[in-house]
Amino acid sequence: MSIRERLSGNEAAATAMKQINPDVVAAFPITPSTEIPQYFSTFVANGNVDTEFVAVESEHSAMSACIGAEAAGARAMTATSANGLSLMWEMIYIASSLRLPIVLSLVNRAVSGPLNIHCDHSDAMGVRDSGWIMLFSENNQEAYDNLLMAHRIAENENVLLPLMVCQDGFITSHSIENIELEEDDKVKKFVGEYHPNHYLLNDKEPMAIGPLDLQAYLFEHKAQQANAMKAAKDVILQVSKDFESWTGRHYGLFEEYMLDDCDFAIVCMNSTAGTAKAVVNDLRAKGIKAGLLKIRVYRPFPAEEVAEALSNLKAVAVLDRADSLNGMGGALFEDVVSSMYVAGKQVPIVNYVYGIGGRDTTCNDIESVYNDLSEIAQSGKVDNPYRYLGLRKGDM
Amino acid sequence: MSEINNNTPIDEMTIGGNIYEAGNARNFKTGDWRSVKPVFIRENCRQCGLCFPVCPENAIPVSKDDLQRTDFNYDYCKGCGVCAKVCPFSAITMKEEGV
Repeated sequence: MSIRERLSGNEAAATAMKQINPDVVAAFPITPSTEIPQYFSTFVANGNVDTEFVAVESEHSAMSACIGAEAAGARAMTATSANGLSLMWEMIYIASSLRLPIVLSLVNRAVSGPLNIHCDHSDAMGVRDSGWIMLFSENNQEAYDNLLMAHRIAENENVLLPLMVCQDGFITSHSIENIELEEDDKVKKFVGEYHPNHYLLNDKEPMAIGPLDLQAYLFEHKAQQANAMKAAKDVILQVSKDFESWTGRHYGLFEEYMLDDCDFAIVCMNSTAGTAKAVVNDLRAKGIKAGLLKIRVYRPFPAEEVAEALSNLKAVAVLDRADSLNGMGGALFEDVVSSMYVAGKQVPIVNYVYGIGGRDTTCNDIESVYNDLSEIAQSGKVDNPYRYLGLRKGDM
Repeated sequence: MSEINNNTPIDEMTIGGNIYEAGNARNFKTGDWRSVKPVFIRENCRQCGLCFPVCPENAIPVSKDDLQRTDFNYDYCKGCGVCAKVCPFSAITMKEEGV
């Protein structure tokens, strides 16, 4: 029986970690994810978990300690945001290349500078090619649910990759919403125990991890990582199916909201999907066939499935909460456009960079995108594919 | 575990380059990194025992029977020259490789 509660996104993440009861949590506080290790250290102090909590002196050390713990054969978790993830960056790559299924709760925040502590996705986009599985969460419920599924995905023997669960800083991390929690013993049963095949503390099999890997080997090891990332897609779907038969809550690679019969749609991630759903409802009431595709699994990117889902539309807008500063558009836009092109699906697509540094994105903003899409659907033309939403404009 | 070399197909390689056995450094012969080579001049050697403890690569073999040092193990000697520096009897000279 699920338990009705009301929790912030950070409390939801910390509660999931409590129920998972990992062997090691190593973390350093940074806004807006600070509350996750803060709540978790309370659980440790109160004896709710038997986790070894390592209060490290930096995020580089937090990820290093997680790597050491996982390599030793333990289950390790951490949480961070923005510049904390930037400081982890070196070790983020070590974790994935050593194939250690560490789970990280990432509360998305703008990477400075100039100094900003509010939500955008520039932290996550900075590690999008680092070999981590990346799940995005619209609200506290999804942040909680994604964490409950995380270990079974990451630790699967065909995957063995680290995984991060993203949610929007402040917008969901500090907003209290209703949530359905699962019972401790059921969570424990679903997550299962971690028994790696090879680990450093196994005295029956001494092993070396992270050896010198020069021209004759690194290429193959990177391709193995890429293959594991491809294999993760089926594993995510299987774990999500098991999760659904337990909790009744459905998760796929992405969520299709009124997408079946729509003329045009927005593609976005995290909390903005909630705003977009409200706008879709309003437009549908007026007889306008608007839809939404919310990406849940960003890495591995579900290219074929996204292309198929968008193939019959008259216009698509991709919303990026991080500017790639590359002169051509945001990262999600590039991924969607590439997916469509490779699949041979030709639909007019436009990109909006929005919500940078915590800039509010309102229903009116989203509605203006649907209005633009309506025009694009009629003309079939996109004059400027790289746009801003909610930017104060002068004469530019 | 079976040997992995530069002909091993990707499917037979361990993930992350993990090595599931101990004591494998001897499989990695580092002698070809050498640019200068120590030459053992046996007639000058008094078997004083100063050279082999300072060798970082354990590349100066010492016989268990008579505790006498023998010629260099060039599979592992990197040519650092520490042995030549400590030798009081000019029994080790450094020579450029490939000359």
